[in-house]
Amino acid sequence: MVPLTTQTAAGQTRPALDPREVRKDFPILATSVRGRPLVYLDNAATTQKPQCVIDALVGYYSSLNANIHRGVHTLSQLATDRYEAVRETVRAFINAESTTEIVFARGATEAINLVASCLAQGRLKVGDEVVITAMEHHSNIVPWQMACAATGAVLRVAPINDAGEVIWDEYVALLNSRTRIVAVTHISNALGTVNPVARMTEAAHAAGALVLVDGAQSAPHLRVDVRALNCDFFVFSGHKVFGPTGIGVLYGRRELLEELPPYQGGGDMISYVTFERTTYNELPYKFEAGTPNIAGTIGLGAALDYVSAVGLDRIAAWETELLDYATVRMSGVDGVRIIGTAGEKASVLSFMLKGVHPHDIGTIMDGEGIAIRTGHHCAQPVMDRFGIPATARASLAFYNTKEEIDCLAEGVRKVFEVFS
Amino acid sequence: MTDLRELYQEVILDHNKRPRNYGALTDATHHAVGHNPLCGDRITVHLRVDDGIVTEVKFEGSGCAISTASASLMTEALKGRTLEDARRVFDTFHSLVTGKACPGGAAAELGKLAALSGVCDYPVRVKCATLAWHTFVAATQDKTPKVVSTE
Repeated sequence: MVPLTTQTAAGQTRPALDPREVRKDFPILATSVRGRPLVYLDNAATTQKPQCVIDALVGYYSSLNANIHRGVHTLSQLATDRYEAVRETVRAFINAESTTEIVFARGATEAINLVASCLAQGRLKVGDEVVITAMEHHSNIVPWQMACAATGAVLRVAPINDAGEVIWDEYVALLNSRTRIVAVTHISNALGTVNPVARMTEAAHAAGALVLVDGAQSAPHLRVDVRALNCDFFVFSGHKVFGPTGIGVLYGRRELLEELPPYQGGGDMISYVTFERTTYNELPYKFEAGTPNIAGTIGLGAALDYVSAVGLDRIAAWETELLDYATVRMSGVDGVRIIGTAGEKASVLSFMLKGVHPHDIGTIMDGEGIAIRTGHHCAQPVMDRFGIPATARASLAFYNTKEEIDCLAEGVRKVFEVFS
Repeated sequence: MTDLRELYQEVILDHNKRPRNYGALTDATHHAVGHNPLCGDRITVHLRVDDGIVTEVKFEGSGCAISTASASLMTEALKGRTLEDARRVFDTFHSLVTGKACPGGAAAELGKLAALSGVCDYPVRVKCATLAWHTFVAATQDKTPKVVSTE
């Protein structure tokens, strides 16, 4: 095979990503499950961690642990510096303008809840409209339902076609002068669809609406530039981008974050507290109450550094090749129907197998050491749209190999044989 | 560690493909609906009980192979038993699939139901195997339609 090369941002040519090499950085990929080598294809649920992230967590607790912000002693100072340095790492990773626009949260879900809740407190009124799409994860549906219920605003849903793509004209038709915010996923966790979020943002802005992009599935797979997208909010989760659980990011344009009321109250998000009156801290601390997940944040920093070192362009190139390969292989297996066939997709291959319930597929795959996810993938409306109870879903990361795809395809073929 | 062949063995695959006693039951004296929200299994169990004996039992619904096969095997196991006896079989079956009983010892009592003994190595699937039984139990508790959930 002639190795492909990719151009780096600096215009240099790097050899193509070799998954067999990067796998060595991930200790868990060497384990066995039920006597077979682990074939981990559940990356949309969570990703595995490179040794450097594990080391960062252990290193923090071994030699650096102290509470951050306003501590006078050395450890506190060092921990604070290390923690705040990650804010800059995140800023650079998504090309935000300022670290004041980077808010740490527990994950994408909490970040979306933050925005929805804060908007509900000031900006959303009776008769206002919130637009989402029919392919959203529950975390980008329920907070908006709650905000609408609290304010009398109305939730509108942009429909998707049979390929799992937003129907452009119907999306645009939903935008009007009452639309306050559009919340849309960058990449669908159930279907793999990559949405044209820059274009969707432009249309939303033209209607006077804000835009929140759910980047939980995009941050690990493609280069995100929030200024190029021009979105108002962007969220992602650390554990989906090779970092620890319990940490995520909300990017919000500074002017917006200044205007919004705080989310949770408590220590750190204040400036001055008396029982008569409390003033709030400046950005981004206004939105970070209490002791944060310091270790998790430091782990996130290590993960983003690692991903940047591997190179998102190389990652995207390999994953595209792998998903194309997987799509061809799986399409060739008798009885397989792929759900989610958008023109532009990333990472996710959801499928059904004729006559076999997804949970039976999942259990049999587990017996082969293959980890896939089965069920509604926190996207019950997507399942309803396709008239199915559940799918089996393989989701790729840059450490997956074509051999692993072959295992999956072979496993599914065997399942079909056994059941028919 | 159970080999997958032991979980998805012939009996299970057969009862999934050709479930016994599948369909509605006229003159049912009891019925209940059960569902497993985590995987979408949904089952309705219809019973006809005369003088404390299960004279007729049928089921309807859709779900995974484990839940379908278990329901089918259950209907065969229940017919002709007293309700008290049926409860005892359920307890034994439950112990078997949750790994609390030795498969050898239970086999004599459970007959073909013992084919599901492999489920104990797949804890996530235990609810699939027991759904029909929980629904049966709910059906026997009173005569009005009841809905049980595994969650």
